[in-house]
Amino acid sequence: MAERSTPLWEVFIRARTGLAHRHVGSVHAADATMALQAARDVYTRRGEGLSIWVVPSVAITASDPSDKDMLFEPAASKIYRHPTFYEVPDEVDNM
Amino acid sequence: MYSQALNTATGHADTSEAGTRFQTRVDAEERIEPNDWMPEAYRRTLIRQISQHAHSEIVGMLPEGNWITRAPTLRRKAALLAKVQDEGGHGLYLYAAAETLGVTREELVEQLLAGRAKYSSIFNYPTLSWADIGTIGWLVDGAAIMNQIPLCRCSYGPYARAMIRICKEESFHQRQGFEIVTILARGSAEQKAMVQDALNRWWWPSLMMFGPSDSQSQHSDASMRWKIKRFTNDALRQKFVDATVPQGHYLGLTFPDPALRYNEATGHWEFGAIDWEEFRRVLAGDGPCNRERLAARRRAHDDGAWVREAALAFAAKQGVARQREAA
Ligand SMILES: [Fe+2]
Ligand SMILES: [Fe+2]
Repeated sequence: MAERSTPLWEVFIRARTGLAHRHVGSVHAADATMALQAARDVYTRRGEGLSIWVVPSVAITASDPSDKDMLFEPAASKIYRHPTFYEVPDEVDNM
Repeated sequence: MYSQALNTATGHADTSEAGTRFQTRVDAEERIEPNDWMPEAYRRTLIRQISQHAHSEIVGMLPEGNWITRAPTLRRKAALLAKVQDEGGHGLYLYAAAETLGVTREELVEQLLAGRAKYSSIFNYPTLSWADIGTIGWLVDGAAIMNQIPLCRCSYGPYARAMIRICKEESFHQRQGFEIVTILARGSAEQKAMVQDALNRWWWPSLMMFGPSDSQSQHSDASMRWKIKRFTNDALRQKFVDATVPQGHYLGLTFPDPALRYNEATGHWEFGAIDWEEFRRVLAGDGPCNRERLAARRRAHDDGAWVREAALAFAAKQGVARQREAA
């Protein structure tokens, strides 16, 4: 009998308070509880984290890197979104 | 630990438009990420290298695991346990990195258990005395560090990131080993003899960890062009010898190589010829412990099958229960 494969989970860890959770890798586990335990053992053996998220890998929708020019073009062409686009007289120091 | 430089990638330069763009990104030291376009040969080379590296970490737990119950003190036992656990972790970081290239964990494990995948030749040697544990940390983890530091800048993002984590952890491995060696080298006559014997047995296999000599490996090394690899096998081996020989001499140990001598002009330690016949034999499955290592991995996998099945069955049952609650 072929063995069923154990689901893949992506692991996110918050290293310190004040920081966002950051992707660190993945683990295989049958369910969320075991995924959390595996993530603790694999990715936090030296106090790397205060909090762990595990997310089923299949639940992640990613943008296609080959679409990146099209996808991010609106940001590139709108230079008026940046403060340096605006002229302020030299006499006005800080703004 | 141990990506042994076994992989001479043979991909020819991809001159398609996508191939040229890919090489430009690599040349500009950009990291390639899982969903980016990449030449098939680059993907295949990485899957092979990363999975061999992962297998080496996992099989590498066996020779040291052999001594956990017989460590001489609680301090040594705790350190060895933590080190072996780290090696298991290294294997898992690396399997995860390989999986981003489109291969499944089950396929990789299957390749190892079927004897179709390679792993570092060093783990096919036996650990005969407690001094071997110190010597492995000092030499084998030391060689691994030399091999692995350049891999932190590998062009493939997930592999490079896994290597950064691994390198941070390896330093403890080497230091705990050198501490064991130091104490034995300063101990009784028997202890000194024991550590000298371990060095005599592990020295040459450690040098083989860097892979075949550059003069024997294939011409155009695609791994270099792709920035998977940054230094040649011989350059890394020389670096290791230069760093390690003075450490051994400091402890009053001798190396089992009558040709070993310091070259004032080059500033390097010159060493004798490596027995590549032995290397090839061990790699091909005929080392002292190849069969035992694979048998141990297969037994662990088979003995764990009911646990994996039970966990999946439990998860499925919980899923049904939740659906019923929601309905
Ligand atoms: Fe390791
Ligand atoms: Fe290690």
